[in-house]
Amino acid sequence: MTSKHRSVVLFTSLVTILGVVLLSGCQFTSPGHPQSTFDPHGPVAERQMELFWIIFWAALFVMIVVGGGLLYTVFRFRRKPGEDRMPEQTHGNARLEIAWTIAPTIVLAVVAVPTVLTQFYVSNTPEGDVLQVNVTAHQWWWEIEYPDSGVKTANEFHVPVGVPVEVNMTSSDVLHSFWIPKLAGKLDVIPGKNLTMWFQGDNPGEYYGQCAEFCGEAHAWMRFRVTVDTKEDYEAWTQAQLADAVTPGDDYDDILPKAGLNVFRTSGCILCHSISGVVELPDRAELNKAYIASEGYRISKGPNLTHLASRSTMAAGIRELNAENLREWLEDPDKVKPGNYMARDAQVYYDPDQALTDTEITELVAYLLSLK
Amino acid sequence: MATTTGVLQRPTSTTGLWGWITTVDHKKIGALYGVTAFIFFLIGGVEATVMRLQLHRPEFDLVSPEVFSQLFTMHALTMIFLAVMPLSAAFFNLVVPLMIGARDVAFPRLNAFSYWVFLFGAILLQSGWLLGGSPNAGWFAYAPLTGPGANPGNGMEFYLLGLAVLGVSSVAAALNFIVTIINMRAPGMTLMRMPVFIWMTLVTSFLLITAFPVITVGLIELYFDREFGMNFFNVNAGADVVLWQHLFWVFGHPEVYILILPAMGIVSEVLPTFSRKPLFGYPIIVLSGITIGFMGWAVWSHHMFTVGLGPVANSVFAITTMAIAIPTGIKIFNWIGTMWGGSIRLSTSMLYAVGFIFVFIVGGLSGVMHSIAPSDAQQQDTYFIVAHIHYVLFGGSIFAVFSGIYYWFPKATGKLLNEGIGKLNFWVTFIGFNVAFFPMHFLGMDGMPRRQPTYESNMGWDLWNMVATGGTLIIVLGVLIFLHNFFWSLRKGERAGADPWDGRTLEWSIASPPPEYNFATIPTVHGRDAFWDQKYANGHAVPQGASDDEEHEDDEGHGIHMPSPSYWPLVAAVGLAVAGYGMVFHEPGQVAGAIVAIVGAAITMVGVYAWAMEPASEPSEH
Amino acid sequence: MEHGPEHETTTGIDHRKMLIWVFLGSECMFFGSLIATYLIYYGESVSGPTPADVLDIPTTTVSTFVLLMSSFSMVMAYSNIRKGNVRNFRVWIMCTAILGATFLGFQFFEFREFAIHGHLTPRTNLFGSTFFTLTGFHGAHVTVGVVWLISLFGYSFKGDLTPQEGLSVDIAALYWHFVDIVWIVIFTAVYLIGVFGK
Repeated sequence: MTSKHRSVVLFTSLVTILGVVLLSGCQFTSPGHPQSTFDPHGPVAERQMELFWIIFWAALFVMIVVGGGLLYTVFRFRRKPGEDRMPEQTHGNARLEIAWTIAPTIVLAVVAVPTVLTQFYVSNTPEGDVLQVNVTAHQWWWEIEYPDSGVKTANEFHVPVGVPVEVNMTSSDVLHSFWIPKLAGKLDVIPGKNLTMWFQGDNPGEYYGQCAEFCGEAHAWMRFRVTVDTKEDYEAWTQAQLADAVTPGDDYDDILPKAGLNVFRTSGCILCHSISGVVELPDRAELNKAYIASEGYRISKGPNLTHLASRSTMAAGIRELNAENLREWLEDPDKVKPGNYMARDAQVYYDPDQALTDTEITELVAYLLSLK
Repeated sequence: MATTTGVLQRPTSTTGLWGWITTVDHKKIGALYGVTAFIFFLIGGVEATVMRLQLHRPEFDLVSPEVFSQLFTMHALTMIFLAVMPLSAAFFNLVVPLMIGARDVAFPRLNAFSYWVFLFGAILLQSGWLLGGSPNAGWFAYAPLTGPGANPGNGMEFYLLGLAVLGVSSVAAALNFIVTIINMRAPGMTLMRMPVFIWMTLVTSFLLITAFPVITVGLIELYFDREFGMNFFNVNAGADVVLWQHLFWVFGHPEVYILILPAMGIVSEVLPTFSRKPLFGYPIIVLSGITIGFMGWAVWSHHMFTVGLGPVANSVFAITTMAIAIPTGIKIFNWIGTMWGGSIRLSTSMLYAVGFIFVFIVGGLSGVMHSIAPSDAQQQDTYFIVAHIHYVLFGGSIFAVFSGIYYWFPKATGKLLNEGIGKLNFWVTFIGFNVAFFPMHFLGMDGMPRRQPTYESNMGWDLWNMVATGGTLIIVLGVLIFLHNFFWSLRKGERAGADPWDGRTLEWSIASPPPEYNFATIPTVHGRDAFWDQKYANGHAVPQGASDDEEHEDDEGHGIHMPSPSYWPLVAAVGLAVAGYGMVFHEPGQVAGAIVAIVGAAITMVGVYAWAMEPASEPSEH
Repeated sequence: MEHGPEHETTTGIDHRKMLIWVFLGSECMFFGSLIATYLIYYGESVSGPTPADVLDIPTTTVSTFVLLMSSFSMVMAYSNIRKGNVRNFRVWIMCTAILGATFLGFQFFEFREFAIHGHLTPRTNLFGSTFFTLTGFHGAHVTVGVVWLISLFGYSFKGDLTPQEGLSVDIAALYWHFVDIVWIVIFTAVYLIGVFGK
């Protein structure tokens, strides 16, 4: 085999390997990839993906030309055994150098146009009918509030299909980043600032979201879900969320939940979690003054649990919400979500004398699951 | 020999342990830098391997999330500040004086000081592992996660003081090399005759002295917040926490070029030598290097596309970032132009150089992808970025460092590294590298964020994480092969002779290893490839070995006055280390830390005073 | 102060002189970043006192004048060592050091005044943090300069400071002038803008 043949064979096989790898990497649209950016379900993520493909093909073209040129050069001019050739000592070629200065400039200038256009598109919320959602990030969960309807929830929220959603974000502690890969690229959530981004869901369904800026020990477990609903479902959801929490009555079925509510009231849960119509949060400033004096740190707010059982996940989108997972969580939150503040701040966890009994946990689980 | 200071007898020995400790010889300091940095490269590699093992399958439980946070923070800090930068410094030390025809650097004792400060700064930064926890908030250390409220303990202090001390070392070394390059060139070596490696050293040094003060201010501000309750990053007092990001990346982006420009310089020396051709388009390569240096200051906000600076700022920084691809592309085209028509010898050094270019094209193109601000919003803080930075920093800087090691090892030691083992070393590392890092592009686009200690198997990330970990283990094997080659060749390597590669620059005109004074007579330079022109004047090859004048070396060099060894750089550096530890363990309201810091500062002052009073070289007895 | 065997340099400029120039370039970035922080946070404090509440322009004008005069005496010291007049050099270099120390004295009492009567400490608000850090680091540079000048004064008695070796003085002078210029910028950015701006 001549060296020319060999280089052709080598180059072809390299391109083939690259192609196979790329193709196998492109199967990201199947349901098994809930955070794939190649499977957009809204205009923002779509525009971002389209832009990605433009630059990707341009880059692949450059890669093949330049990388191929490099390999070709190395193979064609490599020193054969016994060769003692003195190449011509060329120092450069002005025309060639000007050409390959201008060529990338043109490519980049072309790419810059859709870049700037898309940047303005994704940064500016469309005019007209826009749903406002306020998001406050906490270590390590998301507080959600709908300023217009008054719905308050946490870690999961619903939006109507085809309506632009404007998210107004701030943080109560450190930097976070709000990201729903299939609906929109991320934007950082910054304490002391109010930043705004928008997205829109074009297909009903549940979408994964995640904090993308490192925010401490439990960063990996700071997730959330966005459900894109039909108009009717969204209305129904809103109405349900606006209602006060159900209070367990005196029926036989309510015995456990009722005991659970009592545990909830007496075990310190109410210092951080509010349930509308049942318990409201105590004044944080006063509470923290006391906490800083006795423990040396402030205790943070926890998610609103009013309609906990209407959510599909718990502990900031990390586990399916069911009795088994809730029980595991209540037994040892730190094991489920390392570093979380409930394990640090709640007396039932840091004081062995106060630890929840098995019965109490059963009662609490029953109560929490009754909060439809 | 008389001592003028009278405090300590001036060291006279240039051999043995004390010879190394008190040395001011740039070649020995280069060796110290190289060996120390390579040890830290191995430590950083261990940190990386532990992380990849942790991530090799979903919900694996090798290290806790807290330890994982410390690992990714320390891996980045170790590789950037304790491996790649000092490895570059090792080459600066070893090669710069030889290439410009000088007998040493401009300030030999300052050079020793730089090394010792680097060593102590590195130990300070790493000692968090043993002293209560390492920094755990990423190498970027974004406030307020690094502030007094969110991050108690001493971990961040190791970061703040470690980087501050390392900054002293880098700035001191950079000042030294700027003066050396501008002021100590052999007669006839005009600026536009300097080898490209010298140019890149110069540009890098200017970046160091201008970029480090910016991060130093950030470090001071964060330290004051943490220790003295100041308000620089206190949101409740009205502070803007994004200020830290600006300070960090105004430093951080030039820092990226601090890491890559020396690599480009190395490759620009290796390619012509093994192609037997001059560098193609020398002026434009130099110019694009300088351009990259300047433009590195105008792109920092591309690290902050998702911080919400607004569409105008994002667009501007997207375009400036794209523009930086132009000088980078020019370099790549000219490197290919250098090889075109040449007689290419694929030595290990050359393989690494070609591998560097190939991998750097990939990393450069994914870099251009990140410059597309709106689509970067999907890539920011995902594994796509992890892939990119490893393509430019591992495939880029580290490949070039290996190329440089294979290239200059014979000059430093007089022995050749084994080529057979070397090629195995290259191919294993190259394959392992691509297997480890290429799949990370997929993981990123599939939505896997960086810096998370584990993941669940319903996310679709299992396969490529497993592959990436496999690649990491192949890299480990590659590095082990290199270590074997290093130790084997030190003992049994083939003797190199003065000019094993048919080199083009002045370092190949003298013996390997060079005598202490480098050049018995300072050469006069008449063109760009100074030594090549000497050998092949008028197109006629001078017989091989004619320049190989080792046998004469013993007779020459008498009466050449070299700088004398000194204790004081070490003393001054020790003082900084003591002060650093005092400040790390300072607790608000207690004086112990402050006292230690003051003692350290006093030691440094004594060292600097004695140093200033001591002449650079003792009067000769001859 | 003999310095190494290499007297001939490529540019003809002494190594040490080039070193100090490049070093001062680095220092520009250092103070530039501190001043930038100060200006970014100017007017952003959520509580008082504000610059206009505490800064005392007349007093600081005097201390600024003192520092400027020290630059003048530094020039005199340098020109005397170049002429070989070691006796006058000693007078002027000591004069420079004393003026520098006077400036530091002003700064010490200014800080004390702010802390006791102005209720402004580095912890009070953003203005306090940025102000004390910026001016404090400048003060530290002046302190180093004063020690350096006194060292030169002491060194002159060893008989090593010759006109040819005026370089040692030249380098110290460059540093000293730089520190003065930085103060002019700080005086403008912090004091003048703080009191008369807005």
